Amino acid sequence: MIRFENVSKVYARGARPALDQVSVDVERGEFVFLVGASGSGKSTFLSLVLREQRPTRGRVYVAGRDVANLSGWRVPTLRRQLGVVFQDFRLLQNKTVHENVAFALQVIGKPRHVIRDTVPEVLEMVGLTGKGKRMPTELSGGEQQRAAIARAIVNRPQILLADEPTGNLDPTTSLGIMRLLDRINRTGTTVVMATHDDEIVNEMRRRVVELSDGVVVRDEARGGYGERESILPDVGASPVLDAPGSGTRAPVQTVRGS
Amino acid sequence: MRFQFVLGEVFSGLRRNTTMVVAVVLVTFVSLTFVGAAALLQAQIGKLKDDWYDLVEVSVFLCPEGSVSPTCATGEATEDQIDSVRQVIDTELSSQVSKVYFESKQQAFEAFSERYPDGYQGTQLTADDMQASLRLKLTDAEQFAVVSDVLSGRDGVEIVEDQRAVFEPLFRTLNVATLLAAGLAGVMLLAAVLLITTTIRLSAVSRRKETEIMRLVGASNLFIQLPFLLEGALAAVLGSLLAGGGLWLAVRFMVSDWLERSVDWVAYVSEVDVFRVAPLLVIMAVALAALSSFFTLNRYTRI
Repeated sequence: MIRFENVSKVYARGARPALDQVSVDVERGEFVFLVGASGSGKSTFLSLVLREQRPTRGRVYVAGRDVANLSGWRVPTLRRQLGVVFQDFRLLQNKTVHENVAFALQVIGKPRHVIRDTVPEVLEMVGLTGKGKRMPTELSGGEQQRAAIARAIVNRPQILLADEPTGNLDPTTSLGIMRLLDRINRTGTTVVMATHDDEIVNEMRRRVVELSDGVVVRDEARGGYGERESILPDVGASPVLDAPGSGTRAPVQTVRGS
Repeated sequence: MRFQFVLGEVFSGLRRNTTMVVAVVLVTFVSLTFVGAAALLQAQIGKLKDDWYDLVEVSVFLCPEGSVSPTCATGEATEDQIDSVRQVIDTELSSQVSKVYFESKQQAFEAFSERYPDGYQGTQLTADDMQASLRLKLTDAEQFAVVSDVLSGRDGVEIVEDQRAVFEPLFRTLNVATLLAAGLAGVMLLAAVLLITTTIRLSAVSRRKETEIMRLVGASNLFIQLPFLLEGALAAVLGSLLAGGGLWLAVRFMVSDWLERSVDWVAYVSEVDVFRVAPLLVIMAVALAALSSFFTLNRYTRI
């Protein structure tokens, strides 16, 4: 479904490449986690799939198309087969949930009766039944992300790209979103999700592609998030952390009013 | 569906940018008024030429006594010389000249006395001071050069004069006025293009989020850009309609109602001319908007 062949992306001449000789093959209906530190190339990977960027070298195939050589006027057709979800939801604040979802169909010229039928269906699927008339600000973060997912899948894309969809959500809410993405995946939609959330990755046990400095360092079929550096490396007892306040006190200055 | 949606976007865009849209309307209004004024001035010149050139003639002045012109070496033009000139007119210039008549010294003196009954600048003149001439009416006043070429330099012809020259200063003035109006129009049109560009840009920036989503869900380029294009075009067309209306008012009240009554022997531009110019103004407005959009949109709403 998505195929990277020795893809490199260099943004500025002479700079370190954002992606370096990356080859990844995502099958139809797969669920793939894209993990790695900030700046490891996850976002570049997604923007190459979306054809927001072109690779500097190598080939990118999405749904059978050579995306790198796709002419400009064909890009919309490609994107109609892709759904995208972001960390910051990107809902239009002046439109209701229903209008936000309908917008995605309106702008690609779907007839009105299709919109009238599809939007409530999709809202039901993501668990927002009865909330179509709410404004985004009247929803919780999780609900907003559900609305954004509804917008992404309303045109029944073959591929759903998610860029840290749980990044702004608490663990319980994140879980709900993951269940939703899993359900969407089970309907046959290929899902590629860039994330930092190790708990989710470890629990879902799906394919994990780890990027580091633009290079694929791991590609496991049922992987975990991978080793994380511990927050407090073991450096022995530290008076400040172990018993705050018991060390030498700084002299206290008293300011007297004159 | 699409149409309604695009229209909705256009009107929400116009509402959001009201001040800029008003500015665009006004600038196109003023600039196209100047364009229209220039066009009407040219139309006026055309009308005057049509009218006056019918009245004027070409005068072929025949040699008087004591002329220093080399063609007058034999003194006053003789009957033979006059006849041979008429011969040439009848044969070589038959297609250019529609009418010929001879004005004798006596006839010239009568016409002169009629115009200056008290003598000219204090001198009393007699018929002998006048000059005989052949008066030619041309089928096309623009053919003067041909006529002059053929007749000048013939024996007995002192000089060939085009009476149209009398009107030259007036036409020159009107032409200068046209240039002035066109120049101002040019400056204003430039301002209009810049302003439309800025307006579209502002509109695009204020709708960044919408266009971003549109791009991501696969809306076509045209669909994304159409609302902006229409916004600019609508404002510009509104300005051009105002310009047409302004010109109509000016012609109606200043020319038809006032000038025509005070100076009634001149043919003036009329409201019909305004209706002829107005569609051109609308077309210009659309072209203007299209030009500005072309430069802006590719930069600000690219896929």
